[in-house]
Amino acid sequence: MYGKGRIIPALILFLGVMTSPMWYKSGDLSKLPKPEKPKDYKECVAPTAFMRTSHMVLLNQWRDNILREDGARIGKTANGTEYVRSLQNGCMKCHSDKKKFCDTCHNYASVKPYCWDCHLQPKEAM
Amino acid sequence: MRILSPFIAVLALIAVGLVAAQVPGGQALIGIVLPYLAFALFLGGFAYRVLYWAKSPVPFRIPTTCGQANSLPWIKQNKIDCPSSKLGVIARMFLEVFLFRSLFRNTKAEMYEGPKLVYGSSKFLWLFALMFHYCFLVIVLRHMRLFMDPVPGFVAALEFGDGFLQIGAPVLYMTDAIFLGAIAFLFLRRVMLSNIRYISLSADYFPLFLIFSIALTGILMRYVFRADVVAIKQLTHGLATFTPAIVAGQISPVFFIHVFLVCALLIYLPFSKLMHMAGVFMSPTRNMINNSRMVRHINPWNDPNIKPHSYAGYEDEFREFMKEGGIPVEKE
Repeated sequence: MYGKGRIIPALILFLGVMTSPMWYKSGDLSKLPKPEKPKDYKECVAPTAFMRTSHMVLLNQWRDNILREDGARIGKTANGTEYVRSLQNGCMKCHSDKKKFCDTCHNYASVKPYCWDCHLQPKEAM
Repeated sequence: MRILSPFIAVLALIAVGLVAAQVPGGQALIGIVLPYLAFALFLGGFAYRVLYWAKSPVPFRIPTTCGQANSLPWIKQNKIDCPSSKLGVIARMFLEVFLFRSLFRNTKAEMYEGPKLVYGSSKFLWLFALMFHYCFLVIVLRHMRLFMDPVPGFVAALEFGDGFLQIGAPVLYMTDAIFLGAIAFLFLRRVMLSNIRYISLSADYFPLFLIFSIALTGILMRYVFRADVVAIKQLTHGLATFTPAIVAGQISPVFFIHVFLVCALLIYLPFSKLMHMAGVFMSPTRNMINNSRMVRHINPWNDPNIKPHSYAGYEDEFREFMKEGGIPVEKE
């Protein structure tokens, strides 16, 4: 073998970088996100599976529909319960604690939605 | 045929991934067993190829000289394109690895009436190759959010910069769009230019189709058939920490196609032209100092017992025979 002095360290470095997620300080699987569900309300605006994957799309649709197309501000769930199509007045009415609901999954999956660039952040102390 | 067979192969891979995601046990096979197998083959194959290459002796300096070599003091040397020092080689390799300098030199030859052959500069290959590779890098690094917890700062910074335009929700990543465009260019270049099409093989088209499908399934998973990221991270982070588990029924089949294609790429990579990833560092035509005229290079496999034999010594040994044969000698 030729050029041992450079090739072997470079190869070890490469393997180290490639396997970095395996020896990265993580490993605590017990702290999976557990978003706190509201106690007083049982029904959301859409099924859980849809909300888990597509709530951001729904929020965008509400925004576009209400602000740009003059759509209705009140929506109805499958069971006929009325709700306000709004992040602060709708979603946050039941899911009142941003830290215990929104942030749990968002931090876990490293998602930084820009909702709060414009919307007022709920006071954490409340 | 050289385009069709790799296209069918990639379609077959997609079909296998799609079917396997639906049959019982298939999700565990594609989501857990195959990634470990593919990753082990990737690392093992990669190391094997590099060590195999390292076994080839490079007895002499063979750099491609793209400029004036070190010569007389009043002749200006091109220190990067024909380096005679370590620093020059480091600069050359840096520009090659990070900026694809040799692609920048790409030329096109065109035939005009006459017939007249005209050479011109052609920077599109360089530009799109650069975009393709850097987008690929950013995309791979962004995926580290699914394998690391807590997510490192640089990954979050990349995501922020990549989604800077804040188009839609989930935000559009610029690299996704540029990446698809760049692959499309690299493919069209092979198809449209008759001289490039002539030298293109299945092994050139297959990685393009495969990487395009990987990008496409990833983009579909983000923007169209949205997947449950938290459930996916439970699986992928579990893979990284050797405690994988699949949350049944929460991950969409697109994810499994995506993973299956990525595994195919990982397995394919060490045994294909994609090994230029390591090869660029090991190219003797790039990484050697052009000092053949300054330093004596001794062939590493020379037998030390065989001493150099000068002409004078040769003549001393055979003088009588040479005289007999009528061959002129320098010393009578």
